[in-house]
Amino acid sequence: MRNCGCNEFSRSSLLRKAVAQAGEGLPAIEPGMPLPAGTGLDRRSFLARSVGLAVAVYGATALSPRALDHGIAQALAAGPPDTVLVSIFLDGGVDSLSVLFPHGDPEYRRLRPKLALPDSGLVFPEDTRLRWHPSAQAFHTLHSEGKLSVLPAIGYTNADQSHFTSRHYWEVGNTDPRLETGWLGRYLDHVGSPDNPLQGVSLDGDLSPSLATARKPVAALSGPSDYSFWSPGVWGKVEERMLDAIGALGSARGHDAALRTAREVTFQSHRLRQQLEPFGGDFTPPVAYPDSDTGFPRQLAGLAAMLGAGLPLHCVALSANGGYDTHSDQAQELADNLELASRSLLAFQRDLEARGLADRVLTLVWSEFGRRAEENGSDGTDHGAAGIGLLMGARVRGTMIGEFPGLKNGLDDDGNLKATVDYRTIYSSVLEQWLQTDAAAVIPKAAAYGRVPLLR
Amino acid sequence: MTTRPPKGLGIRGPTPKQTAGTPLSTARKIPVHRGRFGPAEAERLLWRAGFGPRPGEAKKLAKKGLHGAVHSLTHPGRDRLVGPKPVDEDHHPIAPLDAWGHDHLWWLDRMVRSNRPLVERMTLVWHDWFATSNEGVGSQRLMLKQNQLFRSHGLGSFEQLLLSVTKDPAMLLWLNGTENEKDAPNENYGREMMELFTLGASRGYSERDVREQARALTGWRNDWDDDKGPVNFRYDAKRHDPGAKRIFGKRGHFTWRDSCRLAVHHPKHRAFFVEKLWSYFIPTKPPAATDRALQALYVRRGFQVRPVVEAILKHPLLYNGPRMVKPPAVFLAGMLRARKRGIDTEAWTWLSNQAGQQLFYPPNVAGWDDNRWLDTASFLARWDLAGRVVRPYALKTDDKAPLDPDKLLARALDFWGGPRLTPPTHRALKTFAVHAIGDADRKWKKEQYPPLIENALRHLIAVSPDMQTS
Repeated sequence: MRNCGCNEFSRSSLLRKAVAQAGEGLPAIEPGMPLPAGTGLDRRSFLARSVGLAVAVYGATALSPRALDHGIAQALAAGPPDTVLVSIFLDGGVDSLSVLFPHGDPEYRRLRPKLALPDSGLVFPEDTRLRWHPSAQAFHTLHSEGKLSVLPAIGYTNADQSHFTSRHYWEVGNTDPRLETGWLGRYLDHVGSPDNPLQGVSLDGDLSPSLATARKPVAALSGPSDYSFWSPGVWGKVEERMLDAIGALGSARGHDAALRTAREVTFQSHRLRQQLEPFGGDFTPPVAYPDSDTGFPRQLAGLAAMLGAGLPLHCVALSANGGYDTHSDQAQELADNLELASRSLLAFQRDLEARGLADRVLTLVWSEFGRRAEENGSDGTDHGAAGIGLLMGARVRGTMIGEFPGLKNGLDDDGNLKATVDYRTIYSSVLEQWLQTDAAAVIPKAAAYGRVPLLR
Repeated sequence: MTTRPPKGLGIRGPTPKQTAGTPLSTARKIPVHRGRFGPAEAERLLWRAGFGPRPGEAKKLAKKGLHGAVHSLTHPGRDRLVGPKPVDEDHHPIAPLDAWGHDHLWWLDRMVRSNRPLVERMTLVWHDWFATSNEGVGSQRLMLKQNQLFRSHGLGSFEQLLLSVTKDPAMLLWLNGTENEKDAPNENYGREMMELFTLGASRGYSERDVREQARALTGWRNDWDDDKGPVNFRYDAKRHDPGAKRIFGKRGHFTWRDSCRLAVHHPKHRAFFVEKLWSYFIPTKPPAATDRALQALYVRRGFQVRPVVEAILKHPLLYNGPRMVKPPAVFLAGMLRARKRGIDTEAWTWLSNQAGQQLFYPPNVAGWDDNRWLDTASFLARWDLAGRVVRPYALKTDDKAPLDPDKLLARALDFWGGPRLTPPTHRALKTFAVHAIGDADRKWKKEQYPPLIENALRHLIAVSPDMQTS
């Protein structure tokens, strides 16, 4: 990580990388560092021919690839789930006091003599002290359209300032270092399918610990690939006609059960081929995404395409571009990363709208903590407590959840922002209002955290 | 080892004491198909009892009439293989004992070339019934040995088959038979033998029976050779638990033979056997009267398989009842038989795996799930299988083909030996040909499109819903 003087962050990244390659033995975890959820889960890779995807499956070890492929095919035939939750992680602890900075707070310039940002003019109307970072114009746009709910001080009391530990708490949905399943994993264990690993998909290449289950299968995948039909000695216009004829063969009706099954599968295969055709190799999203050598905009575009193809994805987790652990030289690095992340998210939202999927998708953006209110001596900021969270989607209320506590009275004894909303309140509310599940079955002591209305 | 039958157990057939299950009246008649037995019916019989017709075979079989046709399948005479011998891509003979995937090719070759299709089909039934996977055995040699056992016992006595399977080396390895010894009993085989092979899950046995069966089955062992792997499978009385056991309420110093016989003579076995065997040939459950009559026949004929199979193959439901999805091995072997094409590529193994049925690798001890043959993944695999079958015959653009949709469709059907298609499938294919010819708006297209269309029709017929089922 460039400009990162934080040894612990690099170390925890390495540890996570290592444990993600499960089956190769665990690295020595230092005392007090919790094991990421899903550590040691068996990883099995196979080509899910039902959807033309290379899939790495975690969990449900008793099921053969064939059974999992069949599970995907069955879920595909049943149609996509009503709702999709996308969890996007800003890795390293993003500086919330820059993303939505307290321009109108007299303490801001005192605490941030070098890093305080000039007025961007991107006023946050719900709290006029606040301004969007000049590189976060895209968030301003989404917010003004009512598609972004902002949580300006989300976290938990007695925040742990270890990347590793705090991220773990967020991933497992409780401040419990021993929990081994992710909060979305427990949700899927509770209501999910026994054999469709695409119900919980990590786009990071490895399992996202939030998705770690105890029983049900989940998957990691990079993107759609190939589901194509080739016929020897047939090409051009005749081939196009031939592929259409598959659909016609599958469209006939009749009473015989076996014939009906064969026809239905023939038609499903025909439809799937059509749906996946646009991204056989180079697919073109319906809207422009930012150019980037990071994978993030491409991953979001691929995700929208997969959702557009009707793939049975339900919970999706991925990391945004960049690292946000800005201990030094924060200004430029944060601006660059924030610009790409926010513009990619706006493009994703526009893509979902263009595909008519916007009502089905809710995106949660989070980071393991915010950063110290007072800048450090190397043009950066150190680990803090509460930070910023975002909920994006066509159905969010678009209003602030919790308030910005101010820098005079809103800091704890360490000079870190105090939380005005607990992350488990948001998880519980998402579970109940978006995923239609009793949060008590997923979040320990869920009743203690209260709920906030999230949706219109 | 004792060969003495357990006390109170009739070995040679029913005794009045055994009427706890089904009454064994022999008066019941099993329905026999009385309708037409023409080429269409013969074609279905060849798909259900074998791997589909070779060109002209259905017509020939129909001439024998129903009884003659079934008899020719169940009494096929000496084993002969007709057609080109199996080779790999480099035209070398296949190496079924050693090379990966050549075990699959070896058996597929028999399915394609054998003059005893029912024997091969029954071998496939037993491979699924006593599902053993080389995944656990790790020896193609032992898997093929087991396969020969199914082939030689396939239409004989089920009791003898079960006895042979119980001491079969592949099975002994697969379900830990040689790890089952008196001081450390292993219940694996004893449990599956009752649950999956003879009685059905939780049908007429208790957990105590499982433990006692395991004790009765102790005594088998083998050695390990660093070069050859597992060798020298044998019964060792020193490893057998000679004590008294209580199985199904009977007490005795039971051995592995008693263990098998007790299961086959258990009053719940006959229904399990009949209904399971029936399900391989006819997709709907047997009517209650037929079920009872088949059970009576099975017991009356001393647990012989052949008479029961004959009765099923003559049952009206095989001809008038619903269709069945073809297992991938049957689908592929059928295409090759229709083309009289020998085994000439290793692709059949991995494509069959993708289609969901690599021979010698059933998914688990319960065998393949016949309700799961078709989905979007296996459809693509069947498409690729069919594509590989038609590829060597593909017409080139300078080959002559008529600019006439009906003629093209007739020629493509002829390619497959003239299978019968349902009207909607026929219409869909015809519509494709009409539209594709309609696209030929230039002279060069009128010349080049027809062979392309004929190629496409051959492929589409092979993957059509009609050909996925029989």
